[in-house]
Amino acid sequence: MDESLQSELQKQGIWVTSMQDLYNWGRKNSIWPLQFGLACCAIEMIATAASRYDIARFGGEVFRPSPRQADLMIVAGTVTKKMAPQVVRLYNQMPDPKYVIAMGACAISGGPFKQGYNVLKGIDRYIPVDVYIPGCPPRPEALLHAFMELQRKIDGQKLTGGDQAAFLRAEQPSEYPVPAFGAHDLQPSKNDTVFHPPHIERV
Amino acid sequence: MHTNPYFFLIIFVGVALVFPLAPLALAWLWRHFFQPPKPGADKNATYECGVESLGDAQIQFRSQYYVYGIIFLIFDVEAIFLIPFAVAFTGLPVGAFVVILVFLLLLLEGLVWAWGKGGLDWAK
Repeated sequence: MDESLQSELQKQGIWVTSMQDLYNWGRKNSIWPLQFGLACCAIEMIATAASRYDIARFGGEVFRPSPRQADLMIVAGTVTKKMAPQVVRLYNQMPDPKYVIAMGACAISGGPFKQGYNVLKGIDRYIPVDVYIPGCPPRPEALLHAFMELQRKIDGQKLTGGDQAAFLRAEQPSEYPVPAFGAHDLQPSKNDTVFHPPHIERV
Repeated sequence: MHTNPYFFLIIFVGVALVFPLAPLALAWLWRHFFQPPKPGADKNATYECGVESLGDAQIQFRSQYYVYGIIFLIFDVEAIFLIPFAVAFTGLPVGAFVVILVFLLLLLEGLVWAWGKGGLDWAK
């Protein structure tokens, strides 16, 4: 519907919308995160959910203890290689549409443990991440900002057409391979269909 | 107009049917027209904590466990009788004191007997 016609009708007291707008409006205002924290970032996540920062203002206060009821996975903290298969499996068990926020330096890249042997160098090696939050740890305001960015992203998703949202397409996978413990590292060490590291030209 | 006084029950039944069925029908329509279902091995797994389940849920306790059950009963009954004994200790006549000592001795004897029989060794 034409934007100007919509506002013209609204002035006359007639509110019109499309199914896509209604659907996205409902989804973006009831994002239920999965209740799990991995390290110190989880403390900031808890603070975000508590009364001072109050993520309930954005409709995200219902932290679900079961992945079957969750829409959003906040990877809050260091993902060790021991924990990575469990995180991927939890992501697989979430129903579509599902979103991931990688919170903090560890979750996006390994952070201060990047040179270590036991920490995964970013959860985006195995599952698609929608919003990255830098910081060590990020403040609750940063998590709220990421949450609002995610709401913006959900608002822009299309129901139909060529650029429709990925979770609506039948050929788009909902589960990603769970890495297994190898002799020295996780096998495979990354999922190439998900992980596209930037190519850096050195001169 | 004369109506059956129980007519409202039919309305109630209708609402009770529509209220749960309408969202289910909407979800079915949504699945049919927009969002294809994507079941998978992890998604259909019984356990939902990220950890793979292993072993069998239908396990049995070994029957040797009954020895611990009986010995636990000794201490349990002992505690029940000792608490009123301790509360009323200062006002007890000599006869009552001797009786409770005999009672404790009997239980102690049972414990020593069970211990001697190897009842406190964990059954393999």
